[in-house]
Amino acid sequence: MENRTCEAQRSQGPGTSGVRKRKASKGALEQSSGDSNGTVDVSGRQSANGTSQQWLQRGTHCPNGQGGRTVYTLILVIILSFSTRLYKILEPPHICWDETHFGKMGSYYINRTFFFDVHPPLGKMLIGLAGYLTGYDGTFPFIKPGDKYENHNYWGMRGFCAGLGSCLPPFAFVAVQELSGSPSAALISSGLLIFDTGFVTLSQYILLDPVLMFFIMASVLSMVKFHAHKHRPFSLSWWSWLLLTGVNLSGALGVKFVGLFIILLVGIKTALDLWDLLGDLTLSLVDFGKHLLARVFGLILLPLFLYITIFAVHFVILNKSGPGDGFFSSSFQSRLVGNNLHNASMPEYLAYGSTVTVKNLRIAGGYLHSHWHLYPEGVGAHQQQVTTYLHKDYNNLWLVKKQHHTDDPTGEAPDLVRHGDVIRLEHKETTRNLHSHLHEAPLTKKHLQVTGYGLNGTGDTNDLWVIEVCGGRKGDLVKVLRSKVRILHQSTGCVLYSSGKTLPKWGWEQVEVSCSPYHKDTPNSQWNIEDHINPKLPNISFAVLKPSFLEILLESHIVMIRGNSGLKPKDNEINSKPWHWPINYQGLRFSGVNETDYRVYLLGNPVIWWLNLLCLGLYVVMAFVAAASIQRGFNLDSKRRGHCGVLMRGGGMLFLGWLLHYLPFYTMGRILYYHHYFPAMLFSSMLTGITLDTLLQNTDLLFKPALAQHLQRGGQTLLLAAILYSFYLFHPLSYGMRGPLAHDPSSPMAKLRWMDSWEF
Amino acid sequence: MLSSHKLPVTVKVEINVLLLLVTLLGLLTRLYGIQFPRAVVFDEVYYGQFVSLYMKQVFFVDESGPPFGHMILALGAYLGGFDGNFVWNRIGAEYSNNVPVWSLRVIPALSGALCVPLGYLLMQELGYSHLVALMASVLLLLENSLIVQSRFMLLESILIFFLLLAVVSYLRYCKAPNDSSVRWVWLALSGVASSCAIGVKYMGLFTYLLLLGLATVHVWKLIGDKSLNMAVVVKQVVAQFLALIVLPVVLYLVFFYAHLSILYHSGPHDQMMSSAFQASLEGGLARITKGQPLEVAYGSQVTLRSISSKPVPCWLHSHKANYPIRYENGRGSSHQQQVTCYPFKDVNNWWIIKDPRSQDLVVSSPPRVVHHGDVIQLLHGMTSRFLNTHDVAAPMSPHSQEVSCYIDFNVSMPVQNLWRVDILNRESERESWKTILSEVRLVHVNTSAVLKLSGTSLPDWGFRQLEVIGDKVYKGYQQTGMWNVEEHRYGRSHEQKERELELNSPTHIDISCNLSFIARFLELQWRMLSVKAEESEHKYSSSPVEWITMDTNIAYWLHPSNNAQIHLIGNFVTWTLANIALAVYCLLFLAYLLRRRRKIQDIPEASWAQMVQAGAVCAGGWAVNYLPFFTMEKTLFLYHYLPALTFQILLVPVVLEHVHSHILRSPSQRWAFGGVVLAALSAVLLAYHTISPFTYGHVEMTSDQLAMLRWKESWDILLRKH
Repeated sequence: MENRTCEAQRSQGPGTSGVRKRKASKGALEQSSGDSNGTVDVSGRQSANGTSQQWLQRGTHCPNGQGGRTVYTLILVIILSFSTRLYKILEPPHICWDETHFGKMGSYYINRTFFFDVHPPLGKMLIGLAGYLTGYDGTFPFIKPGDKYENHNYWGMRGFCAGLGSCLPPFAFVAVQELSGSPSAALISSGLLIFDTGFVTLSQYILLDPVLMFFIMASVLSMVKFHAHKHRPFSLSWWSWLLLTGVNLSGALGVKFVGLFIILLVGIKTALDLWDLLGDLTLSLVDFGKHLLARVFGLILLPLFLYITIFAVHFVILNKSGPGDGFFSSSFQSRLVGNNLHNASMPEYLAYGSTVTVKNLRIAGGYLHSHWHLYPEGVGAHQQQVTTYLHKDYNNLWLVKKQHHTDDPTGEAPDLVRHGDVIRLEHKETTRNLHSHLHEAPLTKKHLQVTGYGLNGTGDTNDLWVIEVCGGRKGDLVKVLRSKVRILHQSTGCVLYSSGKTLPKWGWEQVEVSCSPYHKDTPNSQWNIEDHINPKLPNISFAVLKPSFLEILLESHIVMIRGNSGLKPKDNEINSKPWHWPINYQGLRFSGVNETDYRVYLLGNPVIWWLNLLCLGLYVVMAFVAAASIQRGFNLDSKRRGHCGVLMRGGGMLFLGWLLHYLPFYTMGRILYYHHYFPAMLFSSMLTGITLDTLLQNTDLLFKPALAQHLQRGGQTLLLAAILYSFYLFHPLSYGMRGPLAHDPSSPMAKLRWMDSWEF
Repeated sequence: MLSSHKLPVTVKVEINVLLLLVTLLGLLTRLYGIQFPRAVVFDEVYYGQFVSLYMKQVFFVDESGPPFGHMILALGAYLGGFDGNFVWNRIGAEYSNNVPVWSLRVIPALSGALCVPLGYLLMQELGYSHLVALMASVLLLLENSLIVQSRFMLLESILIFFLLLAVVSYLRYCKAPNDSSVRWVWLALSGVASSCAIGVKYMGLFTYLLLLGLATVHVWKLIGDKSLNMAVVVKQVVAQFLALIVLPVVLYLVFFYAHLSILYHSGPHDQMMSSAFQASLEGGLARITKGQPLEVAYGSQVTLRSISSKPVPCWLHSHKANYPIRYENGRGSSHQQQVTCYPFKDVNNWWIIKDPRSQDLVVSSPPRVVHHGDVIQLLHGMTSRFLNTHDVAAPMSPHSQEVSCYIDFNVSMPVQNLWRVDILNRESERESWKTILSEVRLVHVNTSAVLKLSGTSLPDWGFRQLEVIGDKVYKGYQQTGMWNVEEHRYGRSHEQKERELELNSPTHIDISCNLSFIARFLELQWRMLSVKAEESEHKYSSSPVEWITMDTNIAYWLHPSNNAQIHLIGNFVTWTLANIALAVYCLLFLAYLLRRRRKIQDIPEASWAQMVQAGAVCAGGWAVNYLPFFTMEKTLFLYHYLPALTFQILLVPVVLEHVHSHILRSPSQRWAFGGVVLAALSAVLLAYHTISPFTYGHVEMTSDQLAMLRWKESWDILLRKH
């Protein structure tokens, strides 16, 4: 196969291409001609582009005598990559930046304590595993950045992350080599990644980002490799790359939801691939169906299965009650050892005089909550706030009382609450009654406001609520934990409702509670009684219906998504904007603030970043020129056509990857950080390799061949030298600085503070 | 094209009776009785205030959209002789006699009416028959929501008119033969209409982008067309670039130019703008600052305005009240005099620039100008205390330093009142400090803290004014740490009493301050985009999901005494048909696409091309005008869906035509299909008629009738209780 394509390349003189072009313009030459005679022309029609690309793909496999050298270069890349990442891995010996979160969560896995986080579990699980295997016992509390590790074993977790981070440059090398067929492009790309201070810093600590980027990069690599095997479909290597792509995709999504973008990229690429196959009339529909099913299995079913497995492992490991309980429903909590609902024991039916907590049935719905603070002026009546709150708190406790004040004679068994009863709910801490009236709710203006009103349980008729069991009949008893309850306001007929909207600062960012005039049966308007304390009634042990795995999975996802969109930037905090990122506007402090501290600052090597930015623009121009000249049907020789193919196909994929990992951040309302750009940066660096290499190889368009040869060599050398030298200049950012801050002229870094916004 | 040899000149007039007919009907349905109700209807209350301000030529900022829409509405007011005297404060308020209701509403109504024939023309340009075009225009004609939106002083109908016009004229341009010169007119018209649409509402941008997409495909085909020589291709590409990109940008600037030249009086929104901008308006700040000395000198009396207008514009302020000894949370303070930022003009906003090396508080002659890098003291005019900061935690932001006016309590808290002037927008290292123009950072000499607005307000003891702090870790370019001198005069009085009098009197002396149009445009545009309207839910706001099925409505007006009312409710049958058409189109398109890939030709190439083009315009128009709303966080209403709906409705006849001529094979099927279409059209007419009481609001209704018309439980129909 390879030999044949090489012949094709050689035999394709300018004469034949002219003939074929005329044929193509008549529309006679379509997809199928490529395989049989080995010569394909690039026709002016878009539909034929696929064929020309196929040809290029194979063209890149021609043995060019550089194979051996490529392997040595790759080995060099691997050595450099690992040595830059592992150098000074133990410093600083204290918690840096988000290590406080992810290290802590790793410890939770080792201790098997349940917690809540906005990211899926794989990354933290792997960190926990790495710690476990290297002898970390999970006892370090990870309280705040700057805490010394003392004699805890943290090298394993850091080393694990650094190891994954070190894989990025070699992966990039192989992927770019495969996409462009040019070792120099591959070397440039991996050089950019090795010597970028940002990537070095981000790989050296206990963070999710190296894990995430490892899976992203591995997905790209295996996708590219899979694509390279498309002429031997269903072979062993074809299958293994396909399945590997699937595995890596599930890994990326299992670490952070940002993994969705790489899934999208692979999805688009696969769809285009299938589109080509569909247009290939030599392939029967049955064969096409096989192709389709193989991809559905490898890229959809397998990742989905693995992703679910990750969660299954997560839930199996974390079986002890911990800080994340309140975010989940009552039935979920009953799974956790140590939670008060685990093997719960409480009075079975709701009774008057009981102290209860009331939980909203919406997924991630909180507990009905009130506190001493009032609604601010201008927001309905100036009365006490009622909210829902996700954490367990004594302000979640309410007393169930009868409509009229009748103190129960002591000692006797209290009356039970029945469907249709009129009750009052008194907030235990503040002795105010749950109350509603004809004022609009603070956020959901179509609903009525709910407040705490009255004193010592004495209020007015607007404090009366009718309690109903969903699906129940008049007189039914209300089961604790197991009944779904609606609470209707007696005088206005509205139903107690939790909208899920977060109140502003005055409401402590808790969730709004309102009274809805619309009686749709939604979980928002349904509640259950979770804790039930009544000393006059016997406690009965009963098992709460355990939720199925799929219910837990769905619930935890909705909780995560809510948590993610709930991370809103604070009002007067300066937050990072997506446009800051490509220009390397501002970094992140990883460690240290003062002159005496050991300071590490996450900031990309500006030479590399600005070069990347420049090359993005350059790429767009070059790709446009290439596409337009093919569209216009210019007579290009085979080398030039090869370059056009590399730019449009390989470069196009990388450019799309960059767009997919960058643009969505503009629409996100959540708080953003500088390090969110690094996945996009991977694609940008690879694209730079291809762009610059293609540019240098085409210098002969303007200059004489001899001079062009020199220019090419000189350009490559200069580029690598510039990358190395800039790394030498900026390496203190990653490997630690001491002494005066850079805005002090006496600091050694003062001359390197090229932008006022850098704060190292 | 001159046919000079053919004399006499003959004029050939072709009249399309159908087109004329639908136009007349459009005018009838939209224009009939638009003076009724003679009261403020829904968002008229919002647009009306801007129309009034236009009539009075008073400057305003409306962050909801560019000014062209307001200008068009104001044109109606101008032609009707409106003097702008009406208080737009309540929906349902009766118009007074000076308000020319008819002429205020006639322009939106006319635009709405012209959408009907434009729908007809659009179908024709897409290559469909008169019958198909007629059907499209009839569906638009009988769409209640479009009628309601057209009949009042609102912008959507104008927007839709320009959108359709832009698309129609672009399609005309594409279809016209290469050598005709009229095509350039169509191309230019398309650019103009796009620009107008964007000028009315930013939403127009979506359709503009769709148009650019169509143009890109067109250009790409031109490049690939080898029968054209290079010169022709280049000419076409350049022409499209000029007409679709350069022309709209220029026009957009023209709108703002007109806006800024018409509105030259200062007005209610002045405070949102920078001092320099305000000084360019007549009255307001200009009246005060006119004739101020330009360069700040030692002894100058100044007010210092924070460059950041968040949360509100304010001036550096101090007053005779001290920080409480202990705050609520138990932390201590210096108990020195408070320094705040105050959002109102006040005599306590005046500060005097003092040279630390001399005791003089008056400007010497010649004045000694303050330059970049100079060290100064700032003396509060009314209390004669120095601006000071020290290592005491600020009240609300404990990580920063407290800023106070220094009082010596003899508690070994030394005075630290030296500040270095850092002019940020300097052009040279010895730049002088200029009134209004210089953006200045005040850096504390002892601690390098920067005087800065923290953005939080103080509690009651600080009269809820804004907190000012000294930020030690100040970095980068933050507007909160930048100040400019707004009011300025040279101090003349030596005695404190005289000085207080002087401070209380208005400033005098003369110089002026000009800002170029581009600077003013950029500032205004930036303000419009960055001002965030408060994200609050409105009683009639809705989410985009509810729009497709019309699960929501908006009550526009209720008769003051009976149950007659106007609602934004669409023609339910048409909405359903449009949804079905969209679904059918997508399915058909996908099926054909996949089968064509396998070289199975179900329909002729020409029909396929026509179908793709119609889909790109109609389904594409729907998608670009609808889907982006899912990512928006602002308050949304049903009327935001109307542009998308218009395009979606146009898809109905496209799909019907396709089913009729390509899917149904036998004549009997076609006859039956014709019957079904007729029945559907009658249903549309019936639905139009049934809902029309809500559209025109002229029928008094009983509560039973209202209940009958409440087809969806989620509709909010108003019921007056007697």
